[in-house]
Amino acid sequence: MSLLEEGIASTAGVGISATRPDGKEKARGDFLFSNDLSAEDMLWGQTLRSPYPSAKIRKIDFSQALAIEGVHAILTADDVPGENIFGLEHPDQPVLAFDMVRYVGEPVAIVAANHPEVAKKAVDAIYVDYEQLDPLVNSQEAIEAGPIHPEGNVIRHMVINHGDPDANGNITVEGEYEVGMQDQAFLGTESGIAFPSADGGVDLHISTQWLHSDRDQVASALNLPDDLVRVTLAGVGGAFGGREDVSMHVHLCMLALYTGRPVKMVYDRNESFLGHVHRHPAKIWFRHSADESGALVKVEAKVILDGGAYASTTSAVLANACCFSVGPYRVPNAFIEGWGVRTNNPPCGAMRGFGNVQTCFAAEAQMDKLASALSMDPVELRLLNALKSGDTLITGQKITGTAPVKEVLTSLSEHPIPDGVKGDLLELPGGTGRTTDNSHVKRGIGYAASIKNLMFSEGFDDFSEARCIVVDGKVSIQSACVEVGQGFVTLVNQIVEETLGVSEAAILPVDTSIGSAGSTSASRQTWMSGGAVLKACEAVVDALVLELQKEIGVEYERVGLNLVPKDSSDSIAIAVALRGRNFDEHVTHRHLPTFPLDHNGQGNAHVSFAFAAHRAVVDVDQELGLVRVVEIATSQDVGRILNPVQARGQIEGGVTQGLGLALLEELVLTDGKIANANFTDYLLPTAMDTPPIEIAAFIEQPEPGAPFGAKGIGEPPVISSTPAIVAAIRDATGFELNRVPVKPEDIALNGL
Amino acid sequence: MGIPQESSQYELTVNDSKYVISGSWLGESLLYVLRERLGLYGSKNACEQGECGSCSVMMDDVLVCSCLVLAANAEGRTIKTIESVADGSDLSDVQEAFIDTGAIQCGFCTPGLLVTIHDFLDSNPEPEESEIKEAISGNLCRCTGYGRIVEAVQLVSIRRSNRDT
Repeated sequence: MSLLEEGIASTAGVGISATRPDGKEKARGDFLFSNDLSAEDMLWGQTLRSPYPSAKIRKIDFSQALAIEGVHAILTADDVPGENIFGLEHPDQPVLAFDMVRYVGEPVAIVAANHPEVAKKAVDAIYVDYEQLDPLVNSQEAIEAGPIHPEGNVIRHMVINHGDPDANGNITVEGEYEVGMQDQAFLGTESGIAFPSADGGVDLHISTQWLHSDRDQVASALNLPDDLVRVTLAGVGGAFGGREDVSMHVHLCMLALYTGRPVKMVYDRNESFLGHVHRHPAKIWFRHSADESGALVKVEAKVILDGGAYASTTSAVLANACCFSVGPYRVPNAFIEGWGVRTNNPPCGAMRGFGNVQTCFAAEAQMDKLASALSMDPVELRLLNALKSGDTLITGQKITGTAPVKEVLTSLSEHPIPDGVKGDLLELPGGTGRTTDNSHVKRGIGYAASIKNLMFSEGFDDFSEARCIVVDGKVSIQSACVEVGQGFVTLVNQIVEETLGVSEAAILPVDTSIGSAGSTSASRQTWMSGGAVLKACEAVVDALVLELQKEIGVEYERVGLNLVPKDSSDSIAIAVALRGRNFDEHVTHRHLPTFPLDHNGQGNAHVSFAFAAHRAVVDVDQELGLVRVVEIATSQDVGRILNPVQARGQIEGGVTQGLGLALLEELVLTDGKIANANFTDYLLPTAMDTPPIEIAAFIEQPEPGAPFGAKGIGEPPVISSTPAIVAAIRDATGFELNRVPVKPEDIALNGL
Repeated sequence: MGIPQESSQYELTVNDSKYVISGSWLGESLLYVLRERLGLYGSKNACEQGECGSCSVMMDDVLVCSCLVLAANAEGRTIKTIESVADGSDLSDVQEAFIDTGAIQCGFCTPGLLVTIHDFLDSNPEPEESEIKEAISGNLCRCTGYGRIVEAVQLVSIRRSNRDT
């Protein structure tokens, strides 16, 4: 075989349904998740948490707990070596509470013991003298109420003033909406292990979304230089935003440094619900006005997000909720006011969809109301107002990239609609547990569309580093990009094959020995870390060309996966030319800069936008309040599909989480306390709840500036699926249904 | 109670091997013992109340949540875990189909689902889609929306019937 033929043999790369390189390990159960790690001489950590939403700590007495055999350490706020404060965007939360507790579940003390049950006993034996205070649990009241935190209750207040406040159309619709507190409910609960090291530092192996953000917060709390805190990614059992914040990280390191032994901690499901941030509950008021043709004239909104006791990412979530409040439509005049507030409810932060989810639910309900007021078809109204490239958002930013909203909506509405109500028991609302019959079942159909910003916004210096290391033609990639299940590891192989013609790349351990890759969130890692890996591979090719020119004086040009000499046709495959050679290229990839919003909420604050539309078909048993989602169809603006099977998996998974918010998932709070912090009472969609998810179309219009033209695809599926389902229930029942999740009593007892 | 009470020793039969468990607390679940005492980390702990199916194992040919079984009560029973579903080969046909169809994302629910599906296909080799969904409805998956998993089961069923004809 000639060298040329060998080169041609590599035909895979980007665009094919490559399988996961970690698939075999995961299928065998060999893949090590963070809670599968253990060490010789290891201790088990446990956390004492506040039982009260608001209380002063008068005294902590752990003498009895410390006397229990097998207990090695009990640490409190007094033992935090550095700054007793952390936070993802802004430090405002104690590592361990010292003067007071501000939510049920706030960590107060930590224990290390020789057995997890001993650690639990010790936690139970710690006596804390609390002076209970009246909790502030109403987000609307929080705006004016006395402060529950030294920084006050309003984390962010923002306005968007765009256009003419006096502009008005003849048709006006108004509504108030609420979104309940959804949880990421990743299956692998928080867990990790910390090892004290001989240099006085600590090695933390943990499941997370952003190693470097963790590292910085841990180092500050431990009063250690960054290089003495080494964070290594341990296998992640799902994330969806809930691992972006620090949870047990500092606690584990404190216990390991104090005891001089490795310490492992695993939250159980109840503690996991207490130990991470949730999706912000929202109260939203909207007024939409349109002219008689249906063209939107003005949108006004007030948005209140309940951030819970500490800030987390509330500020950025609120920005998304406001900036994209009107949805994927042209709105010449918009006046939006938003508050992200502190309360004594559990802290809220990042969850897939990040602010867009809340306002999309409300705004899409408004679009249907408007269509009804205009006696117009809901899809037709959306098409009439659909954004396109070159249009201006309500933040004054012009869309310079692709914006195929019309294409998304049109392809979706043209997709065949499933047949009518069937008689099969399994296919009726309530399934085999039903107590009614076919005659009570009504069918409804609903549409919704959405916009999502990709990557970090508002001037954040967003970058990702990657290294491509070649040793005798064998390729290794180093990046701190966290694999949470989304398939970045598959994409790395595809990019290496696409650029170097090498079919397998080793992915080096993911840790803080390389610079940051940013967070696996905001639909950003394909663009950012995929882009960094692409650049690093291309840098290797450039270095190879230079080296060949130096060595043999021939100037090569890259053509596909081959190098072609300028003055001859004897090309050589890159993969072959790399053999016997070594390279190490380290690059940093940035997207185009963004800018802060001004005092009117105007500015080029975002990088790129992805659009999606969903159509839900539901069967509703109105008497029992039961809903069966028959089918969800979707079209999505993807830029370019890099791996069709993985793209489908993102869409099916995201839509199912949207279904969860529409019908099942809510953390129910009573005076700030979660009433259902377990999987018996917090209901996740099962296979029986999840309908066939039809992809009507992937709209492939390559996005300028995006590596391979690909847009992030992780978040759009979760945004407009929820409002589409609720629209379908409204269609079936005629009820207003202005709150999600829609519960059986909202239907069965509607109007009673 | 301070230290968990030490037990008299008991014996477990897991994946055809016998293990003597001594010096353990009698309150330990089968899941805890499999993972933390036998180092069989393939069975996962996601809810520890029998809701998610991540810890599914076979006990005397009955599918159980190992989080709900006291390890000491499993003495004399035959336990089969994810670590034995390939039965000595590289991958079982169900494991292979999971990889081929994209049924694995984070992979945390995967071992429990695989144990469940092996058991299900043994009793129902050519299932309808609704039967597949019902069979896996005791296993929660938060990543995939189940579509690729259902397809994996269908693929195994097709591959098995092609192999048999």
